[in-house]
Amino acid sequence: MSHDPLNVITLVSVGAHPVTGRARRAEQDARAVDLGLSLAGKELHLLHAGDPQAEALRAYLGMGLAEMTVLQQPPQADVLPALGNYLRHAGAQLVLTGSQAETGEGSGMLPYLLAEQLDWPLIVGLAEVESVTGGVAQVLQALPRGQRRRLQVRLPFVASVDNAAPEARQSAFGPARRGQLQQQEVAVVEDALLEEAQLQPARPRPKRLKVIKAKTGAERMKAATAKASAGGQVLTDMTPEQGAEAIFALLRGEDVLR
Amino acid sequence: MSDIIRRDPRSEWIARNRLHPLHASLQALGASWVGPSGLIRKNPHAVAFVGPNGLKRIDRSGAQQGGGGKRASISAAAQLPLHIIEQPSFHIVVVPDMVGGRLSSHDKDLLGLASMLAGSEGAVVAVVFGEHKESAFDTAGVDRLLHIQGEAFVGYTPEQRIMALRAVDDQLAPRHWLFPDSRTGGGELGRRLAAKLGERPATRVWQVADGQCIGRAGAGQQDLARRAPRLILAAAECADPVGETRHEVRAIELEGTLAHSLTRIDNLGAVAVDPALTPMAEAEFILSGGNGVRDWELFHQAAEVLGATEGASRVAVDDGFMPRDRQVGATGTWVTARVYLAVGISGAVQHLQGIATCDKVVAINKDPGCDMVKRADLAVIGDSTAILQALIERVSEYRQGDLRDVA
Ligand SMILES: Cc1cc2nc3c(=O)[nH]c(=O)nc-3n(C[C@H](O)[C@H](O)[C@H](O)COP(=O)(O)OP(=O)(O)OC[C@H]3O[C@@H](n4cnc5c(N)ncnc54)[C@H](O)[C@@H]3O)c2cc1C
Repeated sequence: MSHDPLNVITLVSVGAHPVTGRARRAEQDARAVDLGLSLAGKELHLLHAGDPQAEALRAYLGMGLAEMTVLQQPPQADVLPALGNYLRHAGAQLVLTGSQAETGEGSGMLPYLLAEQLDWPLIVGLAEVESVTGGVAQVLQALPRGQRRRLQVRLPFVASVDNAAPEARQSAFGPARRGQLQQQEVAVVEDALLEEAQLQPARPRPKRLKVIKAKTGAERMKAATAKASAGGQVLTDMTPEQGAEAIFALLRGEDVLR
Repeated sequence: MSDIIRRDPRSEWIARNRLHPLHASLQALGASWVGPSGLIRKNPHAVAFVGPNGLKRIDRSGAQQGGGGKRASISAAAQLPLHIIEQPSFHIVVVPDMVGGRLSSHDKDLLGLASMLAGSEGAVVAVVFGEHKESAFDTAGVDRLLHIQGEAFVGYTPEQRIMALRAVDDQLAPRHWLFPDSRTGGGELGRRLAAKLGERPATRVWQVADGQCIGRAGAGQQDLARRAPRLILAAAECADPVGETRHEVRAIELEGTLAHSLTRIDNLGAVAVDPALTPMAEAEFILSGGNGVRDWELFHQAAEVLGATEGASRVAVDDGFMPRDRQVGATGTWVTARVYLAVGISGAVQHLQGIATCDKVVAINKDPGCDMVKRADLAVIGDSTAILQALIERVSEYRQGDLRDVA
């Protein structure tokens, strides 16, 4: 289905490589940019709040865009007010974000708070925009296990993109060099959280062991020697039809036949 | 039954012999047990037993031996003590995911965390939307159950649910809100509520202790330690599930009626996705074939009719019947399907490893003694071709019946 080019803004951040920790484009944000490009083409608008000198931002421009707006913010700032103020007057119909940042707190709250601040509806896990007619968009939402759900939502809205969205295109070096980072000075609000919380290197989580709750020696013995699984129902000596009926009943009960 | 007391020397002997395989089943009802109110009751007459020479003996080691004279029927499973909170001084509210209408293991971990936070003063409240099939809320640690039903909460309805949860917040003023930080609903609902209430939540929390909580931050390379906020989105295995107590599951109601807001998101329902395109590691329902499949055309047809993602054992792959990326097991894909239907697969360890996390395993096999049948929740013994044929017919019949109902 074709639709008029939408006015789309994608919010991007600086990511970190999962192994080396080196700054790079964030995986989910790149997918959001890709989705934005398929909706708005070259008209897609990129927005970042943070350091306008960050080289990693250029990787987004290398995906085929000439410029990006950067709201200048120090590293410890709360970027939400700045983004909210900008978006309120930007006239966007759709704001795309990743669903979780790769650096910092990474709580995934930004799209929710932004939607709340702007009083727009929020779609979580956007996979595809199917059509836009008369100010109403029909979209597909990604669910776990590769499932999809169709939703209808009024424009303008905020949507977050997760790893179920189509893979992002590669970034080309030349356009990334040539692209412009337009910086804007905006007010800064300090984030209070980092005063009381501290970031530390992730500790590996202990593996949960199988706990045997036995009060007597006999029970302990039984738990130690019993087969891991007692086994279920075994149907022998029946016609294929009866067997099929039993399997069918189980599949119905588990609700996997759609 | 007659009341004549007869001695059964054999069972007495078994009851004394701790190494006998039937020993455990012949232990008489103990001299003490947990009464319905949770108190320990004792029967002073049952302290002694009659020894082999006919004399009454008392065993002071605590592990009483010997039969109780009469052949006692095997006692029912021991009741766990009931935990009663009459007047809770605060509430801990948990909103479980209820995938498939039942508490998931993630939900149970969360309830374990909740009862840890509640201690002996607070009450754990579970908020459940719509229909459910769960019957074990009591042993999972739910003191109060708030069951919110109605047309408005069927299916995907985040906006209405947030309205209801706000009403719960007003009514109970919970000390903590706990959500599972999962992709199956809890992560979204929790964050929506946090934005609505203006509370800053702690996310991906994996440990809560002494008012401090630790959660993963960024892309998982760092941890964030902070004071435990009111709203906590916890990861799986954040705490051990409740195991030692039973809880009341007293029903509570939402006071006042919920105002129906205009919704801005309309749910048009699930979209049919091609099961062949879902990655096997994520697929919900897998039909897997092995060396016992004789007719591969039929197998593919069955997968299509059932709407299942196809998988295979290594032998089927090596023989060229299935592509390599469909192999399930140690050297293939580790699957997480809810239902795994194994046709003609013997269940070698390398294969069973790959399906360790599957919920329900169904086996179709000729050999009733093979390991896959032992692992399966339901095993049908017979020829794979005939059973697949019958299954295809049964399911197509059901599908057609469905169409007729709709028309
Ligand atoms: C290092 C290593 C790694 C391996 N990794 C994997 C792995 O990742 N995944 C994997 O699957 N295997 C793996 N294997 C191979 C594994 O050990 C087994 O050989 C293999 O899983 C057996 O496949 P199967 O069950 O299909 O075949 P078989 O063991 O031959 O079993 C066939 C079954 O079909 C039944 N049957 C036969 N005819 C019929 C019929 N007409 N109707 C109904 N039932 C019938 C039989 O009773 C039997 O139970 C690995 C082996 C090694 C050494």
